[in-house]
Amino acid sequence: MKKFKNIFIPITYLIFIIISWVINFQPGIEIGTNFYDFIKTMIGILPFAFILIGLFEVWIKKETVEKYFGQSSGFKGYFWAIVLSSTTVGGAYVAFPVGYSLYNKGAKLSIVLTYIGSAALTRIPMTIFEASFIGIKFSILRLSLSIPLIILTSIIIGHRFENNKSLNKTIPSNK
Amino acid sequence: MIYLYAFTIIILLISFISDKNKTIKGLKVGFKKFKKILPSFLKMLILVSFMLYLLPDKVIANYLGKTNIIKGTLLGSLIGSITMMPGFIAFPLSGILLNKGVSFMVISSFTTTLMMVGILTFPVEKEYFGTKLALIRNTLSYLIAIIIALAVGLFYGEIVI
Repeated sequence: MKKFKNIFIPITYLIFIIISWVINFQPGIEIGTNFYDFIKTMIGILPFAFILIGLFEVWIKKETVEKYFGQSSGFKGYFWAIVLSSTTVGGAYVAFPVGYSLYNKGAKLSIVLTYIGSAALTRIPMTIFEASFIGIKFSILRLSLSIPLIILTSIIIGHRFENNKSLNKTIPSNK
Repeated sequence: MIYLYAFTIIILLISFISDKNKTIKGLKVGFKKFKKILPSFLKMLILVSFMLYLLPDKVIANYLGKTNIIKGTLLGSLIGSITMMPGFIAFPLSGILLNKGVSFMVISSFTTTLMMVGILTFPVEKEYFGTKLALIRNTLSYLIAIIIALAVGLFYGEIVI
């Protein structure tokens, strides 16, 4: 059923776009163009991101991840998560698979969540953009407010889910 | 982006020289993971393409430029949550809005939710972390964005307690 849905939606969508082109249905053409613009960006990023994720999976030992991002990594774990996040490319859609790989290699959930949250806000190219268009004062203010809040909420969520013991049910394994 | 390509190629080369078999295995792992998540990515892109049609940046600028600060902040946070756009579009747009006289507080609620709250990326997030965790994370991210917006408003003297 899921497989059917996975194929059905994109195919219906594709037919919709093609028909829009044929009958010159303007909204459909614009929607198709939007899709094309976005997929172009993603094709430029995703294959490379997944090559790196694959290499990470085979090369990096569980112990290493545990040491830097695991239960006993303490506050340093959060620090490294933020450093790692600032170098993440793309956006949330890259941070999710990377965070998931980290989690499966033994990183603490709250540290993984900190990584994902701050990947949304601290990516270096993005921050430069922000500072140049809105102002450096604004960027500094936003970063200094958001990072503590992200760490705090990550600890709260992480605590809740890790105490739950239903974690393995909640987070699907082997993706 | 050029850094990503250079970095990937260098890492790939180092990996290949160190251990050919391991590298091939790594590429296979990466490919398998990519294949598994691809349907969710497609779903996300389909949603994005509709959303960008319904709410193009001109319309967003129009909405955010016309209301008072509280309404604008709420509206900004809602639009930021349901849309998705790369930084190189979002920040120039914010710059234009600022010049039009839109407050920092509204800009902050818009850009922060845009980056942190992902209704459109939900299909992807759910695949990896489950529905429950994704819901909680997004809700808290929304709250963070509102707190930041309020603090920005106070800092710039746009709102007074």
